[in-house]
Amino acid sequence: MIAESSNRVESPARATQRPLVSIKQLNKLYTARTRDVIHALSDIDLDIFRGDLITIVGPSGCGKSTLLKLLAGIVSPSSGMVEIVGRPLNGPSASLGVVFQSPVLLPWRTVLDNVLVPAEILGMDPAASRNRARSLLEMAGLSGFEGKYPHELSGGMQQRVGICRALVHRPAFLLMDEPFGALDAMTREAMNLELLRIWKEQQTTILVVTHSIPEAVFLADRVVVMTPRPGRLAHVYEIDLPRPRTVEMTFEPGFIELVQDMKRTVETGGRAVLEVE
Amino acid sequence: MTRVPSELRDEIPSFDTKVAGDRGPIDWTGLTSFRTAKSALEIGSIVALFAVVFFGLELVLRWTNTPTYVFPKPIAVVRTLANEFTGVYAHHLWVTMYEFLSGYAIGSAVGLLLAALITQKPFAEKVIAPYVLIMVTTPMIAFVPFLRLKMGFGSWPLIIAVALAAGPMVMINSATGFRRTDLAKIALARSYGASTLQIFRKIRFPLALPMIIVGFMVGSIFGLLTAVGGEMVAASEAGGLGERLVYYSSLARMDEFGAVIMIIAALGVSIYVLFYFIGKRWASWEA
Repeated sequence: MIAESSNRVESPARATQRPLVSIKQLNKLYTARTRDVIHALSDIDLDIFRGDLITIVGPSGCGKSTLLKLLAGIVSPSSGMVEIVGRPLNGPSASLGVVFQSPVLLPWRTVLDNVLVPAEILGMDPAASRNRARSLLEMAGLSGFEGKYPHELSGGMQQRVGICRALVHRPAFLLMDEPFGALDAMTREAMNLELLRIWKEQQTTILVVTHSIPEAVFLADRVVVMTPRPGRLAHVYEIDLPRPRTVEMTFEPGFIELVQDMKRTVETGGRAVLEVE
Repeated sequence: MTRVPSELRDEIPSFDTKVAGDRGPIDWTGLTSFRTAKSALEIGSIVALFAVVFFGLELVLRWTNTPTYVFPKPIAVVRTLANEFTGVYAHHLWVTMYEFLSGYAIGSAVGLLLAALITQKPFAEKVIAPYVLIMVTTPMIAFVPFLRLKMGFGSWPLIIAVALAAGPMVMINSATGFRRTDLAKIALARSYGASTLQIFRKIRFPLALPMIIVGFMVGSIFGLLTAVGGEMVAASEAGGLGERLVYYSSLARMDEFGAVIMIIAALGVSIYVLFYFIGKRWASWEA
């Protein structure tokens, strides 16, 4: 059983600490082809602290992917702002790493060279980033596969390469968009444990978008539940399950109760908005 | 996901759509997908077949007492080739290679550059496409006599003809390659703040490379055909392999004629083998 160790410090007195990422009154509007304005995100306020592992759940179309793309700096907000370490975010930032839904590896590059892509684009020292990439691959259990090509790897291994790539430039903040959505249930469970281990070893801050509520609870310190159209924060749950988390915890009554409660929030939140429409 | 309005989904591309392998208006990939012999048995059989044809032809020609001006005997052809190569054929091989390589270098460089530029602007591409197609389908050998009249008896008319034959081939295939826009991979590079040049160097160019190699290969074959054919139509004063073909056949010197044919065939096969290995080294990721 892979499990992270328990000596993680629970972020103390959040009120006094400066947030790593601060989302303030964020709105995102799209203009449809029919000239209707669609309110994808409405008044999002969220502070993310160093060392947090936050998950976002919500039904399809609640704007959780849009939120992630705003944080990644690929999409710009209609109003409001995103601050990273006190500085407003405009455009892609080197302090971010993004893991996509599918691994998006470059088939003409070896595993090692795939991991090095961000380092090359950001113009980092080649020798140092090579060492960094090697140690990340080793941590992800991929040592010996550096010279292989993506098509020679299984889906789970490819996604782990994607995670290593997102970490190679030592980002302060790792964004993951349904990172294990394309994997089977067994692999997914193993990858979640792996992710917790990586989070602990790399001491980073992670935001995961998922549509699996049990997965969201299992991973997170805080679960953000969103409602669709306009996408807004329905509720932020503090998860006080002890760490290290184990698969056995997911069978305990407390865990199941929490998941059911969250499910209700997602459902009622969604229905209320649909009725208005 | 079906109920999500398209506006909500995103203004940047989704990360899981894959563009099906678009091979452009003309699929040349058959040329690079030749199967090669693997086992000793296969290689042995290829050599055996050659021996049967070579010596079989020799025996049949001897038994039937066929005169050389009707059909040259293989052994005599090989002997002529060996005896005369350094004295006569090496010079003409060099003349043809010079015309071919110069024209090919100019044509393929211009073709590749134009393909990279033109694919950036879909409108420009649509306007230019029919003219490129005309250039691909028109045999450039036809222009050699005209160029000869205008430019005299040097090697430039043939260099230009080769460039005009190879360039559009390189261009049409490279353009197909550059048109493959894997938006997920480009979005990945963008998420790290990659510049347009970085996206070209790290994503677009490698993605296009297999098709570029196919273009260079087809271009080289058309270039060689045009060089030899052009020499047959109107050679420079230096000669060339094509000029020798016309000369020897007009004098019915069939041993020498056969020897020149063998050199041209060897040249063509070498080009194929060269590109086979280039493709294996740089485009093997695309099975």
